[in-house]
Amino acid sequence: MVPVDYYILLSAILFAIGVTGVLIRRNALIIFMSIELMLNAANLAIVAFSSVLKSFSGQIFVFFVIAVAAAEVAVGLALIVEIFKSKHSIDVDQISSLKG
Amino acid sequence: MTIDLVLFLTLAFIAIATGLGMLMSRNAIYSALFLVLNFITVAVFYLLLGAPFIAMAQITVYAGAIMVLFLFVIMLLGAESLTGEFNFQKLWFPGGLALILAAEAAYLLISKARPVGDILAPEAAVNDPGTLVELSKALFNNYLLPFEVTSILLLVAMVGAIVLTHKEKKVQK
Repeated sequence: MVPVDYYILLSAILFAIGVTGVLIRRNALIIFMSIELMLNAANLAIVAFSSVLKSFSGQIFVFFVIAVAAAEVAVGLALIVEIFKSKHSIDVDQISSLKG
Repeated sequence: MTIDLVLFLTLAFIAIATGLGMLMSRNAIYSALFLVLNFITVAVFYLLLGAPFIAMAQITVYAGAIMVLFLFVIMLLGAESLTGEFNFQKLWFPGGLALILAAEAAYLLISKARPVGDILAPEAAVNDPGTLVELSKALFNNYLLPFEVTSILLLVAMVGAIVLTHKEKKVQK
């Protein structure tokens, strides 16, 4: 029997990889993928707890998270395509028009 | 060392390795493919945790729909690689500090690890249609309103994506 702590540790590691990706990469698409990785890490922790507590609420919550992530990706990728059309680049360092 | 633990450790290794591969790849296509592998690994974790429905939803929605959309946009924009991307050589000092912190956190978690409760036996949960029936009962009774709200959210996202990418034609007078 695997203790639930191991799942939490794995979830934390995956989340940390996602945070690192958001912080150090400059390709907007890879930053977006890192966000997906973080959502996934959180889902893993939720399902692990749901399995320990023998409750289906956690699994249903994860189901909603997946649906919301799909919506988020549709809008986010549309935004990235628009940014690429106007700037001809998806380097986040060059998208700084809102900075003072 | 039980078979569960062996499965867990192998899968955890694959999950972390593919996550790092996603982070380090210079080419965005490779990043996306690593992420697909990572999502499928997490789906196998869901099977191990006795959540077959979520595992299948993960594979169809995440590894299928979402990542195909990503690959489509990467190839559409031709944005495989950026010049002057982050230099990983600069990472050794903060990376080393972070590794020490992570090692200590892992040690504390593992040395104090107690089975808080029994995780559902995967073979029982996967092969028993009863869990799926219970899940759908909960979804369509207690959580019916959030379920409907989610469908509206998906509709709004669809309309939003179309509005963002659709070019308004100037009306000729």
